Amino acid sequence: MKTNLRFTFFVLLLVLAGLLVAPVSAQGAQPPTDDDVNAIAKELYCPVCENTPLDVCATQACAQWRDLIRLKLSQGETESQIKQYFVENYGARVLNEPPREGLNWLAYLVPPVIILAGAVFLVRALRMMKKPVAAVPAEGPRVEAPADDYIARLEEEVKKQK
Amino acid sequence: MLAEFGYGVLLVTFLLALYSVGASVYGYYNKSASMVESARRSMLLTFPLLSIAALSLISLLVNGDFNVQFVYEVTSRSMPAYLKVTAWWGGQAGSLLFWSWLMSAFASLVTLRKWDRDQEFLPWVIVVASVTLAFFLALNIFFENPFARLYQTFDGNIAAYTLAPANSTPIVPADGRGLNPLLRHPGMIIHPPMLYLGFVSYVIPFAFAIAALVTGRTDDRWIRITRRWSLWAWLFLSFGLVLGGRWAYDVLGWGGYWGWDPVEIAAFMPWLTGTAFLHSVMIQEKRGMLKQWNMVLIILTYALVIFGTFLTRSGVLSSVHAFAQSAIGPSFFVFIGVTFVTSIALLIHRWEDLKAEAEMKSMLSREALFLLNNLLFMSVLVVSFWGVIFPLISELFTGQKVTVGPPFYERANSPLFAALMFLMAIAPLSAWGHSTIQTLGRAIWKPTIAALAITVAIFFTYTRNWIALIGFFLVALVILVTLYEFWRGARARQKTQGENFFTALSHLTGKNRRRYGGYVIHISMMLMAIGILGIELFQNETQGTIQVNQSLELQGYKLVYKDIAQWDDASTGVNYTRATIEVYKGGQLVTELHPRTDYYYEAQQNMTIPGVRSTMADDVYVLLVDWEPASAVGATFKLYVNPLVNWLWVGSLLFLVGVIIAAWPEKDPERVTVRATRSARQTSAAD
Repeated sequence: MKTNLRFTFFVLLLVLAGLLVAPVSAQGAQPPTDDDVNAIAKELYCPVCENTPLDVCATQACAQWRDLIRLKLSQGETESQIKQYFVENYGARVLNEPPREGLNWLAYLVPPVIILAGAVFLVRALRMMKKPVAAVPAEGPRVEAPADDYIARLEEEVKKQK
Repeated sequence: MLAEFGYGVLLVTFLLALYSVGASVYGYYNKSASMVESARRSMLLTFPLLSIAALSLISLLVNGDFNVQFVYEVTSRSMPAYLKVTAWWGGQAGSLLFWSWLMSAFASLVTLRKWDRDQEFLPWVIVVASVTLAFFLALNIFFENPFARLYQTFDGNIAAYTLAPANSTPIVPADGRGLNPLLRHPGMIIHPPMLYLGFVSYVIPFAFAIAALVTGRTDDRWIRITRRWSLWAWLFLSFGLVLGGRWAYDVLGWGGYWGWDPVEIAAFMPWLTGTAFLHSVMIQEKRGMLKQWNMVLIILTYALVIFGTFLTRSGVLSSVHAFAQSAIGPSFFVFIGVTFVTSIALLIHRWEDLKAEAEMKSMLSREALFLLNNLLFMSVLVVSFWGVIFPLISELFTGQKVTVGPPFYERANSPLFAALMFLMAIAPLSAWGHSTIQTLGRAIWKPTIAALAITVAIFFTYTRNWIALIGFFLVALVILVTLYEFWRGARARQKTQGENFFTALSHLTGKNRRRYGGYVIHISMMLMAIGILGIELFQNETQGTIQVNQSLELQGYKLVYKDIAQWDDASTGVNYTRATIEVYKGGQLVTELHPRTDYYYEAQQNMTIPGVRSTMADDVYVLLVDWEPASAVGATFKLYVNPLVNWLWVGSLLFLVGVIIAAWPEKDPERVTVRATRSARQTSAAD
């Protein structure tokens, strides 16, 4: 019982100390630098301009949004919280990529599917081309040339000129 | 009066273009040479006519006739005369006229060539060029008249009209709005014409392709005729892109040159198909293969050229709704659709005639590798195209606007570019028709070892970033293989001819300009790749507000803020704020930089001009982000260190040299191979 009381007292003291110290340490933390702000702004797009990242946008509105990021950083919000705030207020267009959800998956899936289809098509076309395709006769030695043929021809040509 | 005159000239030219389409078609089907000749002459007449229209517009611009809406929108009294001239392409209506003018110039140039052997192509080349010209003229005539004047109607509204409405009074503003400050930079003065030159010159190879399809003369004659055209078109387009990048770097103030912006991609897409085309036509010339594919590529290039102009001109990028409201958007859409469908229908109609004449012998032959190259270029195109249109699709179907930014493109395209570089390294060593692992391996092992050695050296001295190391390895491999090819050829000549090495080298290049010009281009691309790797992977930035004599530090550089000055330039209507900064490296003063902010009173717009110290190792790039009077809080600077970026610009100069070597006229006229004449005979027999 005695130890329990002592323990409770100790905990209380700690909590009190914590309460006293917490604001002090928050004030003592480094205020966010321009680089901290830009690191987040770089990944966001200006909600009103066309295709302009927030870190380089020169408008007054963007300067205010950067100040907002600074404020939120100083309030201890994390990068993802800040991004979430911008998405909630200005829509998904502030992100530098479509969020991976719903129809947006198409953005990520369509190109690889088309490219793969292209590759398959190419391989099949190459196989088909490997079979003789037309009745046109083979074209003499030029086509059958080995790898070093170019140099050989070059030498021949030069000899002829002599 | 001059404005009405200019509009009248446009109208006459439009009718003339339509006439030449009709006369050409009629002449072709009725075998009337005189009708075709009449069509050709009308085509020729469009150039002087459009020059007159253009001169009328320039005269209005230079004389500041602000009653004309276009003049009011893009010029102002304080602008210097040369800017008033270049304001011609500084706005929508003018730039469309500029397009038409270039189109008529190129169409005239091509109709002036000797046609004796290719007479049957002529009517259809005229048709394609005239249809394209008529379309762009129609945009000017019906929607975006550069000569429209401002009137106030009886109900008090002020608007631009081609003809004065009833009960209206002309409005003459005291001064114009002035050209967008961003467009006053020398880079921006040359960049759009370069891009347009590239865009428009691709119409010519397309016209020949269509002529070949319609006439059934589907041998590679059309490719041989347009080979040099395609190269010049490619040069202009490439240089337009590079200049655009340079302009962004110098003026936009974001420390970079390329941001995967839809407008940039609009110009990049025809470049991709154009580059694939440049490579794959060689397979058709050498081996009689891929004829159908080459048609597809040139049709795509044309469609993308028009699509690129559409993207930048119709407002579709800002929103699908802006597109629907824009006057010219739907017309563009219909034009692209109709020309594309017609071209593809023609291609399908001739599909059988375009069958390959030879077989693919080996998966490692040069033609197989070229095919792979084409697949990669098309893959980059797919990624880019999808990235540009996805936001439109999303907005259309879900109403949600999204942004597709650099991470999307970079993630998808970087491996594709790396694969392209690898191909660039092995393709020159493979032979037409036939190659094996052994022949390739024999040729490539020495350059590979050397490239590995260079990569190891880079690992110990410069970076341990593995993406960078792969990149630098590929760059080294491509450059070494290419140099090895030069060396091999020159040695062969040296042995047999007894020339000294450099004479041998120059004769070698002169004898096969396209091949060795192409190799120079490959090397130049690798120099550019060094710059791109540098800025993409190693760019560093910091920002801070400092007072006079305080400093910012980044990557071994120390920037000391010395002074700031602010003044008005009454003659140009610009307020300049210019900081003086000393740059130290290792305690040594290396240079003084002057980042500035230019405020344009008329446009109420700021321009942030960086102070840049450029070396081959890195660029120190400083922006004056914000400022207060020097005594108070100080000024805010953003400092970038952009490693290696200068290689990009140096590479682009070498690129120019390469294209000029490749496109320079050969002494002997186009050599027509036995195969080409044979198939030509077959075609004519079939007719």
